[in-house]
Amino acid sequence: MAELMSTERNILFGLYDDEEKLLDAVKAANADHLDIDDVYTPFPVHGLDPLLGLEESRLHIAGFIFGSIGCLFGFGFMTWVFTRDWPIIFGGKPYWSVPAFIPITFELTVLFAAVGMVLVFYIICGLGPGAEPRRLHDRITDDKFCIAFDATDLGSEAVEKLKGYFTKTGAESVHTKVVPV
Amino acid sequence: MSGHVAPVRKPLITGSKTYHQITEDICRPTETAPSLSWVITFIISVICLGMFAFGVAWTVWVGIGSWNLNRTINWGWDITNFVWWVGIGHAGTLISAILLLFRQKWRTGVNRAAEAMTIFAVMCAGQFPLIHMGRLWLAIFIFPYPNTRGPLWVNFNSPLLWDVFAISTYFTVSLLFWYAGLVPDLATVRDRAKGMRKKIYSIVSFGWNGSAKHWQRWESLSLILAGLATPLVLSVHTIVSFDFATSVIPGWHTTIFPPYFVAGAIFSGFAMVLTLMLIARKVLHLEDYITLEHVESMNKVILLTGSIVGVAYLTELFIAWYSGYIYEQFAFLNRVLGPYYWSYIGMMLCNVISPQIFWSKKIRRSLFWTFFMSIFINIGMWFERFVIIATTLARDYLPSSWSYYVPTWVEIIIFIGTIGLFFTLFLIFTRVAPVVAIAEVKSILKTSGDQYIGDKAHHHPHHAGAAEHVPAANDHAAGTSAHTKEDENEIH
Repeated sequence: MAELMSTERNILFGLYDDEEKLLDAVKAANADHLDIDDVYTPFPVHGLDPLLGLEESRLHIAGFIFGSIGCLFGFGFMTWVFTRDWPIIFGGKPYWSVPAFIPITFELTVLFAAVGMVLVFYIICGLGPGAEPRRLHDRITDDKFCIAFDATDLGSEAVEKLKGYFTKTGAESVHTKVVPV
Repeated sequence: MSGHVAPVRKPLITGSKTYHQITEDICRPTETAPSLSWVITFIISVICLGMFAFGVAWTVWVGIGSWNLNRTINWGWDITNFVWWVGIGHAGTLISAILLLFRQKWRTGVNRAAEAMTIFAVMCAGQFPLIHMGRLWLAIFIFPYPNTRGPLWVNFNSPLLWDVFAISTYFTVSLLFWYAGLVPDLATVRDRAKGMRKKIYSIVSFGWNGSAKHWQRWESLSLILAGLATPLVLSVHTIVSFDFATSVIPGWHTTIFPPYFVAGAIFSGFAMVLTLMLIARKVLHLEDYITLEHVESMNKVILLTGSIVGVAYLTELFIAWYSGYIYEQFAFLNRVLGPYYWSYIGMMLCNVISPQIFWSKKIRRSLFWTFFMSIFINIGMWFERFVIIATTLARDYLPSSWSYYVPTWVEIIIFIGTIGLFFTLFLIFTRVAPVVAIAEVKSILKTSGDQYIGDKAHHHPHHAGAAEHVPAANDHAAGTSAHTKEDENEIH
């Protein structure tokens, strides 16, 4: 089936030994209009995101939404319990003792925001126990900085051009690997 | 590169490390057989943990009467230990969250272990309110779940219930924060591992591959979680202090409690971090990552928070006198000169007077004094909680019910047992996960490595790693720096 064939990708990647070289190489790729598939690094390299054209993460919006839900849920639930479901007088205070609800409302806001945001993070990154995203080289989590190109549909001329680019920008080594999409 | 770092900054990573050396050094403890000292410490910890299990089983079997609590002093070692452990936990969040927001780079050397300590300390703390209930299996009653008793809900107006929410939220958020930071480092361990270990680390590292977009989201997540954890950690000990401050017991009913408890918590937490890290850096050979700079920074925090706590103790006494309220005056007179005067002396000596030696830079940078003081402070902070709880309760409104309290062996072994629980978990942690945040340390290497800044930087450029990076340093001078923005933050 054509579907199955297209579940594999041929990745051409070069490894650099320093983040400065990586940044320069990404700049060179942009100048040459090379289409970088992804960049893999052992730690977050600052200044890389704008070069790759990555938009700012919108995780904080998820955090805000989940936090708001937690806040409303906490306060709403306590209000419902003490004014509708089972009103009890504690120490002569009003049923609806708003100041006393603040600590729990705050805690639930933080709890919902944190749990929700962390779950969203793992889901959108496709990470989780048993997840097997593309892993190109064992040293990427150690000390190598990787630029990867999708060479599946490229002709030999284009591949040679990319290899030339890697040599020119000081890549330490160049590899190819077939990976699932 | 070094031109962008303020000259007052000292290197935080010594030994002219390369990225690969950092990986090697920090992963090593997870890959080698444990040392004899580890095994011995572990066995002792597990024995203590066994004592904990026995103490709890005894309490459940015989009943809460096996403790020496009485009708006057109905909170004793249990709640003292609870507050003590929660306080210890606070340093981890302070280091990982508040210092992240303040862009303090020395955080990276100690945040992982400190956060682990937070989680384990909160686990120890959580034991006490549960055991204190006597009927452990009814602990579910503290949660507002739909039940067949009406449903009868919990009392949302009670500070004790706020505490339930505060502690469980704190534990959950700390765990998520810690684990999110751990995922990339577990991937590092995975990519070095073979066979069964590789399978296990593949599962626990969630398939992390270091993609640029993932890193971007990961940094964003860390920052927002830090932003959430900061008010959270302040709220947790504030709410713990509400357990006392919202009561109508003279000596407890004070508005100074929240800030004073938070400062005390950070104070004791840093002391515990130092106790652990001084041992860990030695045993795990991490002296290049947890340097004297880290130790000195933490000692400064200890000096500050210790002094805040001292001011709080004195303010309490002053306000008690100034209030003109005889019950309040008596409570504090009793605290200083009453039956538990010895614990007040211990508290003042350990928490207020002795940390003042940290005004001396020499002592701040002395490992011996730091270790000695870290133990001293932990004892002092335990005394503080005991002073607040036991001395206040011992002399209440009705002289005929005045009492004195000493713990039974059951209470003592439960306390020692939680120390066993804490160290058992911490020792396991040092074997299975990187104790220092590998990725974060790497990300500060170029701004804080001793081949780039400090006295050694320019005189010894012969090291392979340093030599390689010289052209990169020139690039930075030209203004095309990836780190420029961060360095500016550092300077301002």
